[in-house]
Amino acid sequence: MNGCLLGIDDLSITFRTPEGTARAVDRVSFTLDRGETLGVVGESGCGKSVTALSILGLIPSPPGAIESGCILFEDRNLLGLDPEALRRIRGRDISMIFQEPMTSLNPVLPIGRQVSEPLMVHRGLSKAEALDQAGDWLERAKIPAARRRLDDYPHQLSGGMRQRVMIAMAMVCRPKLLIADEPTTALDVTIQAQILSLMVGLKEETGTSLLLITHNLGVVAQTASRVVVMYAGQVAEEARVADLFDRPFHPYTQGLLRSMPRLGNREAGRSQRLREIPGIVPAITATIVGCKFAERCPHAFDLCCQKPPELFGIRPGQRARCWLKEFPERRRDDG
Amino acid sequence: MAEAPLLQVTGLVKHFPLGGGILAQPTAWVRAVSGVSFAVRRGESFGLVGESGCGKTTTGRMVLRLIEPTSGRIEFDGQDILHLSRKAFGRLRRRMQIIFQDPYSSLDPRMTVAQIVTEPLLAGRRPTRTERRRAAEKLLDKVGLRRADLDKYPHEFSGGQRQRIGIARALCVRPELIIADEPVSALDVSIQAQVINLLQDLQSEFGLSYIFISHDLSVVEHICNRVAVMYLGSIVELAPAAVFSREPRHPYTKTLLTAVPLPDPRHNAAPFAMEGDVPSPIDPPPGCPFHPRCRFAFDRCRIEKPILLPLAAQHQVACWLNEGRGLS
Repeated sequence: MNGCLLGIDDLSITFRTPEGTARAVDRVSFTLDRGETLGVVGESGCGKSVTALSILGLIPSPPGAIESGCILFEDRNLLGLDPEALRRIRGRDISMIFQEPMTSLNPVLPIGRQVSEPLMVHRGLSKAEALDQAGDWLERAKIPAARRRLDDYPHQLSGGMRQRVMIAMAMVCRPKLLIADEPTTALDVTIQAQILSLMVGLKEETGTSLLLITHNLGVVAQTASRVVVMYAGQVAEEARVADLFDRPFHPYTQGLLRSMPRLGNREAGRSQRLREIPGIVPAITATIVGCKFAERCPHAFDLCCQKPPELFGIRPGQRARCWLKEFPERRRDDG
Repeated sequence: MAEAPLLQVTGLVKHFPLGGGILAQPTAWVRAVSGVSFAVRRGESFGLVGESGCGKTTTGRMVLRLIEPTSGRIEFDGQDILHLSRKAFGRLRRRMQIIFQDPYSSLDPRMTVAQIVTEPLLAGRRPTRTERRRAAEKLLDKVGLRRADLDKYPHEFSGGQRQRIGIARALCVRPELIIADEPVSALDVSIQAQVINLLQDLQSEFGLSYIFISHDLSVVEHICNRVAVMYLGSIVELAPAAVFSREPRHPYTKTLLTAVPLPDPRHNAAPFAMEGDVPSPIDPPPGCPFHPRCRFAFDRCRIEKPILLPLAAQHQVACWLNEGRGLS
C-alpha cells in the first residue's frame, strides 16, 4: 500500500465512574494505510467510539484519562500535541462525522456558513471564497439545488440531507483522514445506501483514508477493506474483510456472524432459531483475569479464565486474541 | 374454508390535524395511514415494514386503539372493536398487548420488576399480594430472568434484560395478539438474537400471534410468516416472508431490499437505486404514492392510485406495471 497514515499503539483509556475505574479502551493497537477504509465494529460499550474520539483529542479529562499508548498520525504523536497544534489538525487533516447530524450541526447557523467555516479557519479563505467552495462541496454531496440552500438552516433539511451537509463540512478541507462514527445508524436503509455510496465515492475521489466505526456488519462488509472487531475494550480480531467473513477465527466474531438473520435465507414454513451468543458483555468496571469473552465462549477452557490471551497471528493480515490459536484441539465442533 | 382470522383490518385511515387549536380549524392534515387492509391469522407473525413515517407504527397503535382511527374497520376475533362499549372493549383489550422499541423509556423507573410485569393484572379483578407475586415469578421464568430480580428496578438491567421485562409485562394477561413495535431495534446484535429466539419460543408455547413492526428487513423476514411493505401510509406489497425477499414485485420493495448492506463482502449487486426523499405525508402525491421516485412510472401511476391486486397465493402488489402485476 501507500504507507501508514495512522498508527494506534497500545492505547489504554480509563474513565472514573462511581462504580470504579472503567477501562474503556484496553491496549488497543491498529494501523490505517493511506487511502484505506478500515472498519471498526463492535457492540455498545466495546470502546470503538472512545478510540475514535481519542484520535481527535476529544476525550474529556476528567473523568477520562489516557493511561498509555500513542496515536501516530504521519509520524507525529497526537497525544503529545498541545491544544493549539491539535486544533490545526482537526477539521483540516483529520475530520469526523457523527451519528446524529442534528446534534452535530449548529441549529442557529445557516449550513453554508457551517460548511465554509473550516476553509476560513484552516485555509485562510475570505468569506465569499469559502462560501463558494462550500457550495461546490454541497453539490458534490448531492444536495439538490445546493447553491440555493446555503442560507438554509439544519432544521429545514431531512436527516439524510443533514448527513450530506456533515459530509461536505468534513471533506471541505480534503482531510487525509475521515473518521465516521456510525454515520448511517440514524438513517433509513435507502438513505443509508445513498450516504454510504456518497462517502465511498468522495473517498475515492480525494484519496482520503476512512476509519468507519459501526455496529453493522453489513455496512462493514460493503465498504471496508480491513476490519477490527472490538470486544470489551480490546481488539478481539483483525482481518482483511474477506477473511473476516469467510474465515473468522475468534469465537466472538464467529458468534456475531452466526447470530444475525440473513436476508434472503428464509425458507417457507417455520423459521429456524438463530444461534445466539449467550450471556451479556461484562461490566466495564469488572476485573477479569483471563479472556474477557471466556464467560460467553462455547470453547472456553481452564486457561481462558486464568490468563488473558494476546493477539496471535492467524494468517497474513489476520490476528485474533484467542487461546485457540495455541490450543486448536480445544475448539469444540458444536461451538 | 380457511379459519377466520384473529384480526381483520379493513380500509384503516388516520389523518392527524396540523395547526389549528381548540376553536380554529386545522390548517392541514398529515395523512399518516391512508386505507390499509390486512388480516392476521392465529399463531401467525405478520410483519409491517417500511421506512420512518410510512405509517407502520400508527397502524399498529390503531389496532389497539392507542390512536383512534379516522375511519376504517378493525375486527378482533369477529368483533368490531371500534364500535364496542367501553367495558366490552376493556375486556377484549386484555387479549391484545404491545411491546415497545425503547426498553429505557417504556418501563416506569420507580416500579420494581414484580410491579411492572404484573401491572396489567390490576385492570381486571384485583389480585392478592401472593397471587401477584406468584404471577411475577412465573413470568420471569418464562422470559429468562431470575426470580432474584423481582425486587430490582429497571435501571439495574441491561437493554436486553429490560426488553425481557417488557415482554413479560405483555405476556402477563395471556394475550392472543402481541404488537411488537421495533422490539429489537435498540439492542446489540448478540442480544438481538436472544430476544428474537425468546419471542419465537413464546409464540410456540402460547400460540401467540404477532404483528411485528420493524424497519429491519432481515429481522422481519426471519420472524414473520407474511410481510406487508408500507410506503407513505399504504401497503404496496404483501407476501409470504420467503417470497417477499426473493421475488419482490413492487419497485419500492425491491429498492428496500437491495439497499440493505449484506454481511458478505463478495456480494456486490448494484443497488436498485432510488433518488430523493419520501414525499411529505401532508401533501402526498396523487396516484401511486411511490411514483415520484419510481423509475418505471408512467401516466397511469400519476393519476390513479394502484390497489392491492392478487398475484399468486398470498401475494398481492399495488403497482400498475404489467397490468397490475408489478415488476416482472
